Amino acid sequence: MFNLKINNIDVTVEEGSTILNAAEKIGIKIPTLCHMSLDCFDVENRTGSCRICVVEVANRPNLAPACCTPVVEGMEVKTNSIRAINARRTMLDLLLSDHPKECLTCAKNGNCSLQDLAAEMDLHHVMYEGAMSKYEIDLASEAIVRDLNKCIMCRRCETACNTMQTVGILTGANRGFEAVVSPASGKSLTETKCVFCGQCVSACPVGALSEMNYKYDVWRAINDESKTVVVQTAPAVRVAIGEELGLEAGEIATGKMVTALRMLGFDKVFDTDFAADLTIMEETHELIERVKANENLPILTSCCPGWVKFFEHQFPELIYMPSTAKSPQQMFGAITKSYYAEKIGKKPEDIVVVSVMPCLAKKYEASRPEFAPNGVRDVDIAISTRELGDMIKEAGIQFSKLDDSEYDNPLGESTGAAVIFGASGGVLEAALRTAADWLTNEDLKDIDFEAVRGLEGSKEATVNVAGLDLKVAVVSGLGNARKLLERIKNGESEYHAIEIMACPGGCLNGGGQPYIHEDTSILEKRKEAIYREDSGKEIRKSHENPYIKQLYSEFLTEPGSPLAHKLLHTKYEARENV
Amino acid sequence: MSSCTCSKDGGCSGIEEINLIKLFPEKTSELDRYIETLNITSDIEQNRGYLIQVLHRAQGIFSYLPEDVQLHVANKLSLHLSEVYGVISFYSYFTDKPVGKYKINVCTGTACFVKGAGRILDELKRYLSIEEGETTADGKFSLGGLRCVGACSLAPVVMVNDKVYGNVTTDMVPQIINDCSE
Ligand code: SF4
Ligand code: SF4
Ligand code: SF4
Ligand code: FES
Repeated sequence: MFNLKINNIDVTVEEGSTILNAAEKIGIKIPTLCHMSLDCFDVENRTGSCRICVVEVANRPNLAPACCTPVVEGMEVKTNSIRAINARRTMLDLLLSDHPKECLTCAKNGNCSLQDLAAEMDLHHVMYEGAMSKYEIDLASEAIVRDLNKCIMCRRCETACNTMQTVGILTGANRGFEAVVSPASGKSLTETKCVFCGQCVSACPVGALSEMNYKYDVWRAINDESKTVVVQTAPAVRVAIGEELGLEAGEIATGKMVTALRMLGFDKVFDTDFAADLTIMEETHELIERVKANENLPILTSCCPGWVKFFEHQFPELIYMPSTAKSPQQMFGAITKSYYAEKIGKKPEDIVVVSVMPCLAKKYEASRPEFAPNGVRDVDIAISTRELGDMIKEAGIQFSKLDDSEYDNPLGESTGAAVIFGASGGVLEAALRTAADWLTNEDLKDIDFEAVRGLEGSKEATVNVAGLDLKVAVVSGLGNARKLLERIKNGESEYHAIEIMACPGGCLNGGGQPYIHEDTSILEKRKEAIYREDSGKEIRKSHENPYIKQLYSEFLTEPGSPLAHKLLHTKYEARENV
Repeated sequence: MSSCTCSKDGGCSGIEEINLIKLFPEKTSELDRYIETLNITSDIEQNRGYLIQVLHRAQGIFSYLPEDVQLHVANKLSLHLSEVYGVISFYSYFTDKPVGKYKINVCTGTACFVKGAGRILDELKRYLSIEEGETTADGKFSLGGLRCVGACSLAPVVMVNDKVYGNVTTDMVPQIINDCSE
């Protein structure tokens, strides 16, 4: 333990703490920009590049960056000496001198740390004018926009992509005024092994990285009389959308969200959760077959398009392992444009499927050519939780005052097993609930598999089902996935089933969710909300969803049937590792 | 019909990406033999420490570092391509573009700059019809800038491979180019 004084206040901190940590302890938030800490995932960006956090340390000639200066015994720190204040303002001034001042039209307007700092420091004019960077905006991908003119070189995206996700797309390139963060050879993200998880977008404190925005396409579809427009909402959206719209973090907003979607003008408000139940039917069927045959184990989940693209590029030799089941988003699209289209007597091309996702990779997934039979996409438009929040605001809907309402049927009914897809561990738990019943031919009551819950990056358990010891693992965050996959490749794993999600903590922390600005307690609250929603559900097992039963009896016959294979399963493709 | 003069005239599917690794197996194995002498393991941190010297050797062998060479090095060292590219683009010593037989570099240090290095560079660009960082179509000349070479008393200075020209004026440009043919 070290004792120090900050602004003459005594504080004691653990060895290894920084001045920033120590100040936090006494309730002082030193301004930061490049520093990023996601404590529950053990991720930190400590490049010390922006110098916005400088403070005065007694007996040191130079100001010290608080975010990366370790505390020593007896240190005396002044956070607001006139020298520190001036230096911080100059830093900000210099950053702004090469920053397009387009806040009013910026995608991160209201979510930008640079904007916040300018407000906090009460900057009235920008002192310096000089050369401005001029980069072409990367609009080539379905999912992510890169506008490097706004990049402040904090390198937070690099930490997200390279350290946390180990995808390894982004690098600092060139030097001096030309320095920029980009993929190798200045390529567009589409030409790389980027998985579109969007974790770099969440990490970027400014508008240099943002989502590709499809709100206007949705408005146009809704206003097109000739189309039937249906919407599906992913499990993790309902526990986060409220944050955009004036509710407390962790409030479940399912009912209000359904009301708002109807008010926006969707013809039918359906639920991706229905398709999550369907995914469980197909995936569990596959799991049991593989376990019985003791073949191709472990089976890996395949609902996360970020993870799917990751193994296609970086672990092509394991391509036979993931379940062939499509993700819930794509199952929903395929069923809507076949079964449901037939039911309402419409052609697939006259139905527009809009999905609301916590995710940016879903935008990419929806555009994969194999999900557009005869050129008609199963999912026409995918928007993020943030985009839906914006649409509700634009429509002037007073979200917090709305009454609850229910999803439409038949594609709106779901079980507790489906909603937990939104949290790391949920897909596996849902599969275990169904597998246990199917293997024992019983209606088991003890269905809470606590061991696979939680935000930790990797979890494992051995579950006894019908006398069979099933060894399962759950990993989230691609860095953790990589470690496990290396073990599998080396034949060091004995698991039967593994759930993998690209985003740390699962979809509740997806790249399309409301920004948490490093407050990871929000993720904890979203997670609790998801399990609250699950335990509040009357039906908590996918195979007991009455509309799923109806779908099989009327249409698909049984899990794994030829028609189910045609509509609900897919193939993967080895891709270049660049 | 296109006016290409290559043997594939008419049967060309577009400009193919250059792949030095495939094109020059003996050079590739020379590089691989060098890499084998290093202690490359699954420890990425440690491999990272070898990156610069491997790139150095690779550039010595292939004379420049296009993407396929970068990727080859990245795979050998279990690093991501982006990281290799980051290093190459940071150090002006490395280049990912082909360089000419004669590397003409104009010193852009302060003294040379003040004494008109900019004009010399402009004249070289005009004379060779290439921009800074480019190579003439015949692969003979490439043009670049150089940080101070420590010959400030001779400013402005132009270097052609290892040869130094001092007190250069724009009139001297044709002669400098001529010297190269010798
Ligand atoms: S979306 Fe994910 S994989 Fe792509 S650059 Fe960002 S962090 Fe890396
Ligand atoms: S793109 Fe964003 S996160 Fe990445 S270095 Fe630039 S400002 Fe930082
Ligand atoms: S974990 Fe969820 S939010 Fe993240 S990429 Fe995968 S599906 Fe999308
Ligand atoms: S926040 Fe400390 S140097 Fe950027």
